[in-house]
Amino acid sequence: MADSAFAPGKTAAFPALPKTSRHPLFVRATHWITAACFAALLVSGCEIVVSHPRFYWGETGNAMTKPLFKIPIPASRATVPTGYGYVLPDQNGWSRALHFQTAWILILTGGIYLLLGSAGYFKRSLLPAESELSLRALGAIAASHARFRRVDASPQGSYNALQKLTYLLVIFFLFPLVIWTGLAMSPGFVAAFPATVTLLGGQQTARTIHFFLTLALSLFLAVHVVMVARAGFADRVWAMITGNAVADRRNP
Amino acid sequence: MTKLSRRGLITTGLAAAGLSGLGIAARMARKYGLIPPDHGGFYGAGETLTYASHRLLANRSFAREFPPSAISNPPFANEIAPPSEAFRRLEAGGFADWRLTVDGLVSRPASFSIAQLKSYPSRAQITHLACEEGWSYIAEWIGVPLAQILDEAGVQPQAKFVVYTSMEAGWWDSIDMDEARHPQTVLAYAMNGGDLPVKFGGPLRMRVPRQLGYKSVKFVNRLTLTADLKPFGKGLGSAAPEGGYAWYAGI
Repeated sequence: MADSAFAPGKTAAFPALPKTSRHPLFVRATHWITAACFAALLVSGCEIVVSHPRFYWGETGNAMTKPLFKIPIPASRATVPTGYGYVLPDQNGWSRALHFQTAWILILTGGIYLLLGSAGYFKRSLLPAESELSLRALGAIAASHARFRRVDASPQGSYNALQKLTYLLVIFFLFPLVIWTGLAMSPGFVAAFPATVTLLGGQQTARTIHFFLTLALSLFLAVHVVMVARAGFADRVWAMITGNAVADRRNP
Repeated sequence: MTKLSRRGLITTGLAAAGLSGLGIAARMARKYGLIPPDHGGFYGAGETLTYASHRLLANRSFAREFPPSAISNPPFANEIAPPSEAFRRLEAGGFADWRLTVDGLVSRPASFSIAQLKSYPSRAQITHLACEEGWSYIAEWIGVPLAQILDEAGVQPQAKFVVYTSMEAGWWDSIDMDEARHPQTVLAYAMNGGDLPVKFGGPLRMRVPRQLGYKSVKFVNRLTLTADLKPFGKGLGSAAPEGGYAWYAGI
């Protein structure tokens, strides 16, 4: 079944079934744009970190300051005391250009997503019902995850409550905060909106939080991909592209 | 009208509106100086969006200034190329023969010694210097506002950029007139209470606190006013874009 999932000819063999869309078009489009953006931001962000793999707390921090922690990798700058006897090639120029251009695409995409999603999608698909939020219900989902048992989707093929809470956390907390902490490192932006950095406690604090948020988002991505794979990778990916899962058509 | 053709019509209409909107936006952006000199290439869109939005929304903003207690001790001087023979001679003479020349689109081309620069009303500011690499420090910089020197030389109205050149080989940069006339943009000759140390760019360093550290070029000895950055270097506005870095470093 998985083999046929990407073959449009096969799916066309079920024309009589009603079209039930698992994901609205704007969700699918913004999902993949965001996925591509995240990949570009992650790669370029790692490259930027390589030029100074040390992290600080507060307003300032440099090679002469005691770091909060450092990543034990060689750096692309000779001024950074890494303990390695060599310096990596400087990739910071294109990395920064790619990072900021992608950030623009991400912010515009996120804006469109929030605008269209607030018309009912968030409430309908992401906001858990009160009944779903009991400790017992959430615990049951967590327990079956812990036993590596597949958690069946609720009747309408919607997300389970833990999934909803996770998506809400990513969409309304992690992404806004990673954008905020990113902007709080921009000297021009901070000049215009100083509170964006003073509220965080300083530019280096913003950089460190930005790094940890990236870790959190990467962890989410890893778990997300694993869960998609367990639910049927080809099927779910196909659904996020076309809106309809192959399984939905066979077994409506 | 069938549903399909209506959809086609709407799509075509939106696309046409979008394209002509983009055309108008580009013309307006050019007119109001919102296009950076390194707007070409794959990353040009991002550079232009950042520069234009900062100029439109935050042009009059001020970089944060800090109390003396916030000054980093010690500050961090980034690496510099070994000084040239000419620089060492000037240093041996206590920079008494150092001259800042101002040329290009000015009514009164001039040159200033450090002592002359010190005779103008100075501005002292404790600001944050952030490097694109990720590190930063806070220091007090004292200098003459660039606007003061521009007024001394009499900037001609068609000038749009100040190109500043370093004695360190390969270093030159430029800023637009908004940044050049910003009160916090200073030609710094002192730092943390003493003369500006050579490793921090002494005897004279451009300080542009609303942009990343690499715009604060060290060992500045020449200012050139120009309406067009094309004749300078590869025409991208500074040495930075030639190495892949943004001309506008407000991000």
